[in-house]
Amino acid sequence: MHVKFSLSRWQLIAWFIGLLLVTPLGFLLVESLQGGSDVFQHLFDTVLWDYTRNTLFLIAGVGLLSCLIALPLAWLTAYCEFPGRKQFEWALMLPLAMPTYLIAYVYTDLLDYAGPVQIALRDWFGWQSPDDYWFFDIRTLTGAIVMIALVLYPYLYLIFKTALREQSFKLVQASQLMGLSPLQSFLRVSLPLGRGAIVAGITLISMEAMADFATVNYFAVSTLTTAVYDTWLGYYSLTAAAKISGIMLLILFLTLMLERYSRRNQAVYERQSSVNSATLYSLKGSAAWGATIACSLTLLLAFLLPVAVLVKYAIVYAEDAWNGAFFNYAWQSLKVAVVVSLATIILSLCVLFYQRISKDRYPLIPGRLASTGYALPGTVLAIAVLLPLTQLDDLLNAWLEPHGFSLGLVLSGTLFAMVFAYIVRFYAIAHGALESSFLRISPSLDMASQSMGKGPFTTLYKVHLPLLKRGILTAGLLVFIECMKELPAALLLRPFNFETLATHVFQYVSDEQLELASISALFIVLVGLIPLYFVNRSMEHNHS
Amino acid sequence: MSHLIIKDLAYQYNGTKVLSELTLNVKQDEIVCLLGASGCGKTTTLKAIAGILQPSQGYMSIDSQVVNDNHHFIAPEKRNIGMMFQDYALFPHLTVSDNIAFGLSNMSKAQKRERVSEMLRLVKLDGCAKRYPHQLSGGQQQRVAIARALAYKPSLLLLDEPFSNIDTQVRFELIADIRRIIKDQQVSAVFVTHSKEEAFAFADTLAVMHGGKIAQQGTPEQLFSQPNSKEVAEFLGTGIYLTAKVLTPTEYETTYGVIHSLTESKHQGQHGVVYVRPHHIKLCEAEHGDVSSQAILNRRFIGTRYVYKVRIAGQELEVAAENDRVLAVEQPVKIKIMPHTVNFFED
Repeated sequence: MHVKFSLSRWQLIAWFIGLLLVTPLGFLLVESLQGGSDVFQHLFDTVLWDYTRNTLFLIAGVGLLSCLIALPLAWLTAYCEFPGRKQFEWALMLPLAMPTYLIAYVYTDLLDYAGPVQIALRDWFGWQSPDDYWFFDIRTLTGAIVMIALVLYPYLYLIFKTALREQSFKLVQASQLMGLSPLQSFLRVSLPLGRGAIVAGITLISMEAMADFATVNYFAVSTLTTAVYDTWLGYYSLTAAAKISGIMLLILFLTLMLERYSRRNQAVYERQSSVNSATLYSLKGSAAWGATIACSLTLLLAFLLPVAVLVKYAIVYAEDAWNGAFFNYAWQSLKVAVVVSLATIILSLCVLFYQRISKDRYPLIPGRLASTGYALPGTVLAIAVLLPLTQLDDLLNAWLEPHGFSLGLVLSGTLFAMVFAYIVRFYAIAHGALESSFLRISPSLDMASQSMGKGPFTTLYKVHLPLLKRGILTAGLLVFIECMKELPAALLLRPFNFETLATHVFQYVSDEQLELASISALFIVLVGLIPLYFVNRSMEHNHS
Repeated sequence: MSHLIIKDLAYQYNGTKVLSELTLNVKQDEIVCLLGASGCGKTTTLKAIAGILQPSQGYMSIDSQVVNDNHHFIAPEKRNIGMMFQDYALFPHLTVSDNIAFGLSNMSKAQKRERVSEMLRLVKLDGCAKRYPHQLSGGQQQRVAIARALAYKPSLLLLDEPFSNIDTQVRFELIADIRRIIKDQQVSAVFVTHSKEEAFAFADTLAVMHGGKIAQQGTPEQLFSQPNSKEVAEFLGTGIYLTAKVLTPTEYETTYGVIHSLTESKHQGQHGVVYVRPHHIKLCEAEHGDVSSQAILNRRFIGTRYVYKVRIAGQELEVAAENDRVLAVEQPVKIKIMPHTVNFFED
């Protein structure tokens, strides 16, 4: 039961925030369902089906490959003892910090005709020209699937491993005592019990795979994301871009429905608090070495090798890479990230405070509305944000023109659009991080404060804020990092002559000159490592 | 004139009646305990008094000021109520003295400091002013909580199961302490618990709640010896029901003989049941073959003597032997019901 404050003001604020942040999605839905567009009709008649098929193949391929990588690794590190298990348990998450376009670039560099691998093969076998031998081409849909799966598998790994350790540990132990072999108990206990976790992991991976822009663009594989990008920047047709985005929304919706459906009848299993770091199976001899090699190889391919190559670039091209550009773009990114972090924190604090004191029937709705942006792929979000902003710009200019003013594209053509899009996209992160901190504050503290004559604002300021300090820092940091990494929305929304670190690096990737931006690239990877530290710490927290 | 007056209070939550026709009076400087099983609505009553939830109807006044009726609802922060919570609700980010000073307003800094140290002295925590709540023991935290709730001189103190997190060994010592502090500060208090031992030790009067109503309000002795309903009788202590007929104002006929009452009954000639508590029943040895005798089911040593489990009128009960004689399991015994103030409930 929550405290009763006079809450009309907070209710107003929370609903305003919720509706404001869901506005772009609303505009997008309307626009994608409305009227005709020649450009869209043209695309529909020609290439749209291929794009859709590529997107679906990409999602399916990445999902399948991630399962093949993540499930065995999760099972090994959760239940088996082998050399290096403890280190691998966290190290296998590192690839999450690697942007797909970097890994794609590195492997292209290594594996194409002029790369060291093919050169070595040619030297070895004495081949003279491409006609003498067959070598796979990485710049294909399959290549993109492999690249994306290599950096996205940790989502599934993390979720499934948590399920294995926290949900079915005791049950697997029981099945072991009942005489089941490790494989039998994996198939009969862990897999069915972990179904919900697996589906959740695959859903997350599918959404990220669909949202990927950089890799498929770099590999020249046409998907719906690249189509949105090209339609807007090539044809300047917002309507067509919105319609293509609509198809992606549909896929997104179907994915989420599929997740719901596959989790029907799934009981929520009580988490066992008594999880320790004990393992069930002690691997010996070749099995142990096999496990170590499997983990090492994954880590090497997905993280260590690309990082090593980037470091090599940075050293070899040190003079060119260490120019003012890095600091300049880092500063630009930093400014945007700080503004967005602060904004999302303030907005989510307002919504969460309303949620806490509300006596309404549905106090969670404003927060839910505000959080929808997180599910949208960056390109789709960019289009969604442009729709209302361009209309607002038109309205403003139409209103001001008779008075002799012209503001130009004051909303859609400036940093405002980018910052707003980032807020819409990352609000959910701040909301989620702060919500858990809020829930840890006992409601009786609110009642105590109130019984001592303090109103809502004083309670928020004197009781909640000091207790939320850590939560606010964490939330701010997580949003900050996401802002530094965000690419597709930035590419579409950045004002003329404005570069973030990510767009700057991607520019050099596109120009096949990543060497020159290797410092920036390494910096992005480094920043991406920070949230993994939090994930790791919270897991250790749960285990102790 | 009572300090807190509640008349016909009702509260509904999601269509279920949690409180109905609730009436309660608390006198100046009186400690009243709302006692009842979980789910009887006692915490809801407390929250309604605090104003944390709004009753659907009813009248309530605190210190002659109407805080709730069909036209008024005073917000909780304007009621000048002190509240003590089950988890103490101490602010973890504030020191002991900042916690105590939290509710002080319209005072100069010096006055606040003076009041805080006065409260610290009162609860005997003089040396702990600069500590944080997590550095204190459970009992100390509780004393901070009471100091904080009393610091701003509330017109009414509410306590929500404040002793349930305290070890049994020190609980009653602490209850006596807190009672002394409340009496010292001369404040009326309403206290909620499900434990009758706590209620007996802490309260001046008890109000037993049942099904969202006050079933009976009175002193502990009154309620224990003269419950007005079966619910109150059962809640305040175990016992057994015997079918009975009122023969004369002081004599009740039962299957276990005539029971003599110390008070006179108005129910002469009526049929019903009497509720007999175990301490009014004694066991004595019976001859083998005595038809009215029965066997001891088992026995248990409770430190000073044995208690014996027997079956009386189909109900099992643990009772003592007459003159604390030691009896054996399966030994035939006779039931003897001592003269007492008989609780009779007509059919």
